[in-house]
Amino acid sequence: MSIILDKVNYIYSEKTAYEIQALKNINLKIEDGEFIGIIGHTGSGKSTLIQHLNGLMRATYGGIYYNGQDIYDADYNCKELRSKVGLVFQYPEHQLFETTIFADVAFGPKNQGLSKKEAELKAFTALRSVGLKEDYWYRSPFELSGGQKRRAAIAGVLAMEPEVLVLDEPTAGLDPKGRDEIFDQVAKLHKERKITIILVSHSMEDVAKYVARLIVMNQGSILFDGTPKEVFAHYQELEAVGLAAPQVTYLMNDLRKRDILVEGSATTLEEAKTAILQAFQKKQN
Amino acid sequence: MNFIEARKLVHEYIRRDEEGNVENILTALDQVDLDVKQGQFVAILGHNGSGKSTLAKHLNVLLTAGGGSLWVDGKDTLDEDNLWDIRQNAGMVFQNPDNQIIASVVEEDVAFGPENIGVPTPEIWKRVEKSLKSVGMIQYREHSPNKLSGGQKQRVAIAGVMAMEPKCIVLDEPTAMLDPNGRREVLDAVEQLNKEKGVTVILITHYMEEVIRADQVYVMDHGKVVMQGTPRSIFSQVEALKSYRLDVPQITLLAHELRKEGLAIPEGILTRQELAEALCRLY
Amino acid sequence: MLRDITIGQYYPADSVIHRLDPRTKLMGVLIYVVSLFVFRGLAGLAAVTAALAFVIWLSKVPFGYMVRGLKAIVIILVITVLFNLFLTPGEPLVEFFGLKITWEGLEHAAFMTVRLTYLILGSSLLTLTTTPNQLTDGMERALKPLNKIHVPVHEISMMMSIALRFIPILIEETDKIMRAQLARGADFESGNLIKKAKSMVPLLVPLFISAFRRANDLAMAMEARCYRGGDGRTKMKPLKYKRADVFSYLLIGGYFAVVILLRAYL
Repeated sequence: MSIILDKVNYIYSEKTAYEIQALKNINLKIEDGEFIGIIGHTGSGKSTLIQHLNGLMRATYGGIYYNGQDIYDADYNCKELRSKVGLVFQYPEHQLFETTIFADVAFGPKNQGLSKKEAELKAFTALRSVGLKEDYWYRSPFELSGGQKRRAAIAGVLAMEPEVLVLDEPTAGLDPKGRDEIFDQVAKLHKERKITIILVSHSMEDVAKYVARLIVMNQGSILFDGTPKEVFAHYQELEAVGLAAPQVTYLMNDLRKRDILVEGSATTLEEAKTAILQAFQKKQN
Repeated sequence: MNFIEARKLVHEYIRRDEEGNVENILTALDQVDLDVKQGQFVAILGHNGSGKSTLAKHLNVLLTAGGGSLWVDGKDTLDEDNLWDIRQNAGMVFQNPDNQIIASVVEEDVAFGPENIGVPTPEIWKRVEKSLKSVGMIQYREHSPNKLSGGQKQRVAIAGVMAMEPKCIVLDEPTAMLDPNGRREVLDAVEQLNKEKGVTVILITHYMEEVIRADQVYVMDHGKVVMQGTPRSIFSQVEALKSYRLDVPQITLLAHELRKEGLAIPEGILTRQELAEALCRLY
Repeated sequence: MLRDITIGQYYPADSVIHRLDPRTKLMGVLIYVVSLFVFRGLAGLAAVTAALAFVIWLSKVPFGYMVRGLKAIVIILVITVLFNLFLTPGEPLVEFFGLKITWEGLEHAAFMTVRLTYLILGSSLLTLTTTPNQLTDGMERALKPLNKIHVPVHEISMMMSIALRFIPILIEETDKIMRAQLARGADFESGNLIKKAKSMVPLLVPLFISAFRRANDLAMAMEARCYRGGDGRTKMKPLKYKRADVFSYLLIGGYFAVVILLRAYL
């Protein structure tokens, strides 16, 4: 199972004076069960890209294949694709509309044509898996805190049991604890339910900590695609386009410049800690 | 007297049922003491729902004390005659850039505040130009705010406050909805106003990286001020911050972890350079 | 898409028309609209066309940009043309399937098309060259006498200018919520009318909540910036007639006289 993007181009207002090419020749293969981060600044094309994955936006040129099937085939079931590739937009709590959280989470499964009972069962499982306490399930969204609403909204997409979960900046506006809770929950979903996760984020520190593969977008193209280590090794090129590597990556370079012999490159706090401790141990021996 | 002085400030949100009986009381501010000197850069940290935004609204008299006292610029906020004076002298920037820009042209929006307080027309023009320059947005004066980036919109909002020539500017999570570049733009503009124009700054945030530049940091939790001190002294208490749903910048955390492993690094490391130097001395 | 609507949008440029007092422009548009329904014959048409073309040229707004605004009224235009074409009595030119097109009908249809198109072009020119704030300022001043009979003129014009500022934001927001609900399998298209109306709930509820939240935020932001109604407010751009305005009033008067005279004597 995989998603393949073949020379995908997306052009806004084509053939007018306002023409903007938001995606340029995107080639991408996303394998089943991957944990991918997409970074890039506002306007780099990341939001446009993820909306192509579930067919909300249609490529101007190029093809997209989900599990080997061309999603632009006339008889391809686009509605089914949308439930297989779940997309959580930025500030998803703004779409909550039902009188209770539970009813809202059941909205997706109901749209899939499931019976009331089945839909509720899915809602039940989804709310469990985002770790929202049962006391909140039958309350109005207005009574919940920002972080709780965010989780409920994510549950609303999870309830459709997608094979791929795409999250556009799921932690925007949350406090540090709320942010960690959401990320940990997403990582858990990936580990336990083997869902493919695609995470769009601005925070290098966060993506480096969680993802196995990192895609850097710049001006509608893929600038880098690799493990966080491989990508952050290009920190100078990243800076040139207004991005940066995690602070610890820079620290390792700083230390080497001061003749502290730390080995390898670190992208997470744990890696940096290990490398520094090893360097000090070596020196002692 | 300090520019801002809060003594045992209390604010309660009271919810009543249909008959007017009290259903529950949420204490958003619980006996808060706050002292800000003229020209200081003060950061107020706290998780969502810790009461920090309620405090911000008190400084601009959008809310008034349910107990205790708050004096801004030597004026009692409970005295209604002081209302407009205080609002003018403690300008406020909010979180959502779209929801605080009133006009459809940048310069007209910046003029909104001065117009409200009755500044004569030629003086408005001078102020608009000056404040747009001070946040580096003068070249956009005739643009529509809708076409600007989030960081640019927030800078316009700051200019709109600066045009009222306040002594103090209160920013309530101004960067929460921005990307890293936008955040940097806004913070640089704020820092410049503080350093060059001597404007007192009160920055409310939950991004730890942003408070490094502050002179004084207050940490709030459940409506109370639970920590207070310089950024360095606050960041040296990693475990305490975590218990308030906050964290520290990655470098500070790394230094803390290394210390736990037995390296004699001082507490409260704030920057990469400091950590590199500290490690260098030990190596 | 909704974004293509240019009516009500400001087009920034530095032209004589942009710099005119909004009251002058309001009066100009008023006279112009009246003239559209007064003029008669080809000579009248020539006068109206010349006036419109002259003002568009002065305004420095690209003609193509203005024409895009016409898209929104194409359907109305087509209906009007058809009605006039087939329902005007007179000498039949062609007849088919029991329908007849008359010379008079053709003439009516042509003039109606011109009138409607010119109406939209002319009035969109007002919003294209006047910022919403100036426009509401102009209306506020022009309607000031109504204050005496307790019409809250300042409040109404403030509401209008805020509405104009938020239209693009709310359109974008609608688009965003729609996509989000589509991603959750919502269906806004199929089904009968009742089902369609029901399917709008997931779109409208969040949209209303968001609009209220924005209104609340905005009210607070305005209060924080010392807004307390129209009393004692000064203006960055106070309305003051300049020489160009006097000249424009003369031109507008002259233009109207020509249209009337052409109608009367030709």
